[in-house]
Amino acid sequence: MAGVTALAESVAGAGGVAPETPVRPGRRGAGAWRYAVLAVLGVYFLVPIAASVWFTVRERDGVSLETYAEIPGAEGFAESLTRSLALAGLTVVLALLLMVPTVVLVNLRLPRLRTTVELLTLMPLVLPPIALVVGVRSVLSWAPDYFLNTPLAEVFFALQEPALPWILVFVYVVLALPFVYRALDAGVRGADLRTLSEAARNLGASWPRVLVSVVLPVLRTSVLNASFITVALVLGEFTVANILGFETFPTWILRIGGSQPQLSVAVSVLSLLVTWVLLLMISALDRQRGAKESS
Amino acid sequence: MTAVSARSTGPDELRERPGVPIRLEQLTRRYGSVVALDRLDLDISGGEFLALLGPSGCGKTTALRAIAGFDRPDEGRVLLDGRDITGTPANKRDMGMVFQAYSLFPNLTVADNVAFGLRVRRRGRAERSGRARELLELVGLADRGDRYPHQLSGGQQQRVALARALAVAPQVLLLDEPLSALDARVRVQLREEIRRIQLELGITTVFVTHDQAEALSVADRVGVMREGRLEQVASPDELYERPATAFVAEFVGTMNRIPATMTGREVELLGTRRPVTGSAPEHGAVVALVRPEALLAHADPQGSGRVITRTFSGAVTRLAIALPDDIEVRVDVASAASADLTPGTAVTVAPAERPVLVAPAET
Repeated sequence: MAGVTALAESVAGAGGVAPETPVRPGRRGAGAWRYAVLAVLGVYFLVPIAASVWFTVRERDGVSLETYAEIPGAEGFAESLTRSLALAGLTVVLALLLMVPTVVLVNLRLPRLRTTVELLTLMPLVLPPIALVVGVRSVLSWAPDYFLNTPLAEVFFALQEPALPWILVFVYVVLALPFVYRALDAGVRGADLRTLSEAARNLGASWPRVLVSVVLPVLRTSVLNASFITVALVLGEFTVANILGFETFPTWILRIGGSQPQLSVAVSVLSLLVTWVLLLMISALDRQRGAKESS
Repeated sequence: MTAVSARSTGPDELRERPGVPIRLEQLTRRYGSVVALDRLDLDISGGEFLALLGPSGCGKTTALRAIAGFDRPDEGRVLLDGRDITGTPANKRDMGMVFQAYSLFPNLTVADNVAFGLRVRRRGRAERSGRARELLELVGLADRGDRYPHQLSGGQQQRVALARALAVAPQVLLLDEPLSALDARVRVQLREEIRRIQLELGITTVFVTHDQAEALSVADRVGVMREGRLEQVASPDELYERPATAFVAEFVGTMNRIPATMTGREVELLGTRRPVTGSAPEHGAVVALVRPEALLAHADPQGSGRVITRTFSGAVTRLAIALPDDIEVRVDVASAASADLTPGTAVTVAPAERPVLVAPAET
């Protein structure tokens, strides 16, 4: 009976006029609250930055940008920045090489391992970096002696090469895991990756081909997000580099802070700007691709 | 044979290729304690359009995925043109598949999507674009080649997916509920188009659906599945007119269940006796399974039935009629002769003069 009634109702409804979509009136004052919240947030973020900028440009006889002009020629600036950028690039590549296949595998082939992988990637957030770096330092001081006269000893020395300390790359990859995993996982869950990869497999694509031709383009935004978070993390990381005794951009800023406080703050402001520019470039790149696909 | 072969592809060659037969032998697939496929046997002839029909969880998609190579059966074999392909990976099976979800690659244009399989096979740019154009013409989207998937409607996306599946000149076309996400009008259009293309190309096609109208309207044969096994495989009209089991009878089309009594080889229902078709007990209570068009209703002030609703659908009007003992039946009458059968009218209902299918009373 219910089925018949429903059928009759659906037939009757077929020729009916759809009711007008109700328009929800905007709540009075919502706009003002929005601006108030934005203003408070703006003040919270902008006041320290403005104070820093003021500190760097203030001179006895007025305002000057001389401190900023000194930055490129400052002793150790170029080396430390280049080193940090190289570390950031290597960390991004290694983290993505490790995590993209992992996330795809977990989502497509091994969903039972999802909880385990999530827990593992959370470990760097649970364990303080100081604990991690103390452990790393112990291994670095013990291992070369233990493996003396073996190729492994050479490897441990190479890992600590001051010009490009690879050990930092490995530690940073661990520190970036929670962010990289979550950015990629959100992308995979948002796209119907299972169907897309099965479609590609059905058309003859091998798994590596599926990864390169289907998964990476679909996860483009997630990969960019993960890359940006990793770059920001590496460019701002201080604890590990300082305790292990390597000079990176943040440790260099601290070192010159004692003798040249204005220069140190100016570099900090500049690094903040560089990070913003990087973010804008990445999102512009993403928008450009998106716009091309929409046109 | 190597699935990713070096032959030329496209509609012309597809037309020249005879469809290949598929055989499923004792196919079994378990997910923990759930048996999705239970020793399934099925023969599909070359060039045939077979629909697998059944309720959710009956195993029809699992069977299709086993044919496609996305699901490895626990037991049994999949034979393609006599060759055992059970262990062959999905990318080596030479089959085209259209999925339920829109599965076009969002970063590629429509033409690039169609040409994807050819690019995997390392065909030249000219050949790829030529084939893509031919296939897009076949599905009526030749002018949409430079669009991106999100710029197309759902029906157009599924057409492109069909063109993409056919572009590699597959031996078999697999359709996994490709119409279920579309609205009713587009669904009807596209299913007719799929059938037209299948007939034109003569490709062996397996179509999974839970929509009986889709299955009955396009397939050469329909396999009705239940709990991992096939209940019946037959042509649409045979399935409708001569269902092998009560499940098939009730699943395919609308079926009235009317309490009845067996008397020898006849069944007594609604005050009349009719011969029985199929197996039936000799005596006792049974349920007669009668189609709406196999019941007759006419206005009768002394009649024990009462019309509850009438639903006009063109040439035929369907009546819902309440009978004594809380029995409700649906009866199809010619619309032209149903003017007096309005809700509330007293009617007499009787089975038409034809054999009746019966089922045990408890089912």
